[in-house]
Amino acid sequence: MAMAIRQPGWYRGAIGFVLGAAFGFGLVIALRAISGLDLFQTEQTGYPHVIVPLITAPFGFLFGFGAFDYWFRWAAGKPTIPDDHSGHGAFRWQDYFKFNTDHKVIGIQYVVTTMFFFLIGGLLALLIRAELAQPGEQIVAANTYNGLFSTHAVVMIFLFIIPIFAGLANYVLPLMIGAPDMAFPRLNALSFWLLPIAGIIFLASFLAPGGSFDAGWTGYAPLSTGAPLGQSFFNIGVQFAGASSIATALNFLVTIITMRAPGMNPWRMPLLVWANLSTSLLVVGATPFVAGAQFMVFFDRALGMNFFQFLEGGDVISYQHIFWFYSHPAVYIMMLPGFGIISEIISTHARKPVFGYRLMALALIGIVVLSYSVWAHHMFVAGMFSWLRVPMMITTMLIAVPTGIKIFSWLGTLFYGKIHLYSTAMLFSLAFLVTFVVGGISGVMLGMVPLDIHVSDTYFIVAHLHFVLFGGSVFTIFAGIYHWFPKMTGRMYDERLGRIHFWGTLVGTWFTFLPMHWIGMDGMPRRVADYASVYGDWNLLISVSAFILGAVQLVFLYNMIVSWRFGPKAGDNPWRAHSIEWQVSSPPPVFNFDEIPRVVGGPYEYGTPGARHAIMGGEIVPEEVPEPEPTTVTSPS
Amino acid sequence: MTRLPILKLTLASLAFGAVQSVVLLQFDWFGGAAASAAGPIDLLLDVTIVVSSFIFAICCVALGYALIKWRVKPGDESDGLPIHGNTRLEVIWTVIPVIIVVALAGYSWAVLDDIESKDADRITVNVYSQQFAWTFGYPESGNKWSEGELHVPVDRQIDFKLHAQDVIHSFWVPEWRIKKDNVPGITTDALVTPDKVGTYQLICTELCGAGHATMRAKVVVEPQADYDKWVAGLEQEVPGGLLLTADQALEIEQQLQEKEGGIEGSGVDET
Ligand code: HEM
Ligand SMILES: [Cu+2]
Ligand SMILES: [Cu+2]
Repeated sequence: MAMAIRQPGWYRGAIGFVLGAAFGFGLVIALRAISGLDLFQTEQTGYPHVIVPLITAPFGFLFGFGAFDYWFRWAAGKPTIPDDHSGHGAFRWQDYFKFNTDHKVIGIQYVVTTMFFFLIGGLLALLIRAELAQPGEQIVAANTYNGLFSTHAVVMIFLFIIPIFAGLANYVLPLMIGAPDMAFPRLNALSFWLLPIAGIIFLASFLAPGGSFDAGWTGYAPLSTGAPLGQSFFNIGVQFAGASSIATALNFLVTIITMRAPGMNPWRMPLLVWANLSTSLLVVGATPFVAGAQFMVFFDRALGMNFFQFLEGGDVISYQHIFWFYSHPAVYIMMLPGFGIISEIISTHARKPVFGYRLMALALIGIVVLSYSVWAHHMFVAGMFSWLRVPMMITTMLIAVPTGIKIFSWLGTLFYGKIHLYSTAMLFSLAFLVTFVVGGISGVMLGMVPLDIHVSDTYFIVAHLHFVLFGGSVFTIFAGIYHWFPKMTGRMYDERLGRIHFWGTLVGTWFTFLPMHWIGMDGMPRRVADYASVYGDWNLLISVSAFILGAVQLVFLYNMIVSWRFGPKAGDNPWRAHSIEWQVSSPPPVFNFDEIPRVVGGPYEYGTPGARHAIMGGEIVPEEVPEPEPTTVTSPS
Repeated sequence: MTRLPILKLTLASLAFGAVQSVVLLQFDWFGGAAASAAGPIDLLLDVTIVVSSFIFAICCVALGYALIKWRVKPGDESDGLPIHGNTRLEVIWTVIPVIIVVALAGYSWAVLDDIESKDADRITVNVYSQQFAWTFGYPESGNKWSEGELHVPVDRQIDFKLHAQDVIHSFWVPEWRIKKDNVPGITTDALVTPDKVGTYQLICTELCGAGHATMRAKVVVEPQADYDKWVAGLEQEVPGGLLLTADQALEIEQQLQEKEGGIEGSGVDET
């Protein structure tokens, strides 16, 4: 026992948690006592004895859990415990509950944790739809309702979509570039463990007096600066989720830039690697802004500062500028990794090189650059200085160009291919193409100022963002999970259940979100618990579809859990793909490669006889590996 | 490599796009229209719908054709043709979308200028918002004010000056097509020329708290003479500066709730 307490792990973590909480609580009480204040301040924006422990307790847990042991020893000049990599690999399920530095274990930790939060976010969504099935108030009061859609969005964005992409890439990206691990394994593990902390903080806000945070995921000031205690939970939770993202993005950047296998020049990187490079550039540049915005709100609330207090000279609209300077890039943080996944899957299952590979990579970079120059399209009716509208309308609409390039190139990849439709991953990829086009089109419409003036803050926005986030990001996430499931688990999922899940999800998505366009344009505002009764029928249809959509996700869960345990052995390369992760065993060996592979060609040389992407260590290297020239075939027309 | 039936694919896309456009143009997506901005905005929407229909059609036809034509035969393990790209095609699908979006952006800009051009004889109406009520001031008609009900004359440009006392609210009358946030600390404005007599609903479209869904007001557009008579009949004077104390706001909210039958009632239905 004493031993267990000194070792990093859950015991020490629990003790750290309690000590951290006690320290924060004691600090507040002591300082208030010294200052002659009431020991407990319970204004709704205050509660220092709650919010300070809310910050210190997670750090206590992380210290106890062992997240900082190595760094502390090193900083203190003590002999560091040499990393013998005994923590690598996961051999029992309990190993997934440790501070593990193996990128493959971390990848699975991410995917499973975020799927759990997807479930929670989904349940919140169904509560929302239950309330909206009929006009009038049925099951929840208006302020509870506001809490529901706020937590739904925050859980989905910060704890599902953004981190699950980080998780998938964590697993496959080092393998794809022929690296033994991520550049900073301990930072990688820390990034993961920050995530459940953020999730618990968000969900714990339901217990706060006044209920969960309810100013929307956008948390506009001054609604947020004066909101009940739950809002502070949001402000703090975002810091943990944001720190997790930023650290992971740095990790990806360094990994991609410095750890590629010999021979993998940038034009030989799979597009998934390009996509995560682009995403990481967005995260490191933009995420600090959302952290900053939430700190400013937090300081307004807790310390009585007045960044956004208009009565004290604060500037209300500046919150929105800072917030959207992050949150527009964030929508691409939630989409670019999916673009990468789609490129891998379509090329593999159409047995053809990605059409226009270089332009595809450049389009990603183009999106990154443009993303930073469009944020005010969320503020066309916000009352900001009006001259900014037209320039940002133009940049916004221009984003459709690189996005269009990607769509057309994926379609071009299918032409003259050998299209296999047996894999659920491919079905989701093709459905993504069509569904995402609709979201892109509604996005361009929203970029057009006169149209946006009418539909801003209506259900049309809700429709747009779900077409791009559900039909876009979530479809690519499903595609990615199905595609790499055999690699991660060594087993095959059930394609028949996959198909049920696919068709249910496709039909459910369209029936749930398409009618939202119509009622939004006709006059139904968003973020309302009650609405005019003329929209009753449409809303009932939407709610019924949403419940079906929710129910088919259970098929997915069942398929994943049962196949992971009992599925047939998958083999190393069930899709006959060329990229490096498929050339190792399933699941890959603990250290990925005995010998670092040597990259000798592009990642998608399907159709070129004898073409190889990489020569694996230990292979007899053929004298001359035919490197196909990027054959530019003249127009197929 | 077999040649693509470009002509057939083009015709299929055109037909698909045309049918889709025709179907989609049958609906008044933005609902009833009652202000001068609605004409140009709805036309812009129609143009956008047609352009989008053809783009969507091209994608669907391309995908459908590829799936029919190149779906693999069972047992075929071979690869597709090693085509890595086609510079001419890639240039085309970069340049044409640029042209389309720049054209649509230019058109939008023109519409924006049009709907925001100011008439010389416009009148000013103040719109005060607070959780969860609307109050209107008529500075050019003896500084009268009304609660929960806005009256404006028809065919006259109104320059709404928007104010907020507590948090952000947003001013939207769907039939007018115009929306603008009421932002605490600053005055924003919205230009509207109502061109149809009738009764409409003002909807708050910025999340403002528990009563957001029911934060609505009745809007009456009437001939100038009726409007003048109505304003003359108003009693209360607008107190200077930002209007209401928290107590006053509460009182007004209670009155409104009684009048409208509270949140449960028909508060959000068409008045
Ligand atoms: C062609 C590409 C796109 C364009 C031109 C576009 C444009 C826009 C515009 C102008 C708005 C603001 C509407 C308003 O609030 O009045 C918006 C909202 C939004 N977009 Fe997009 N968008 C595009 C793609 C995407 C993608 C790929 C995602 C995410 C994967 C996304 C997610 C969102 C979200 C979440 C909102 C709502 C934010 C909120 O108010 O809560 N969009 N989009
Ligand atoms: Cu945006
Ligand atoms: Cu409101």
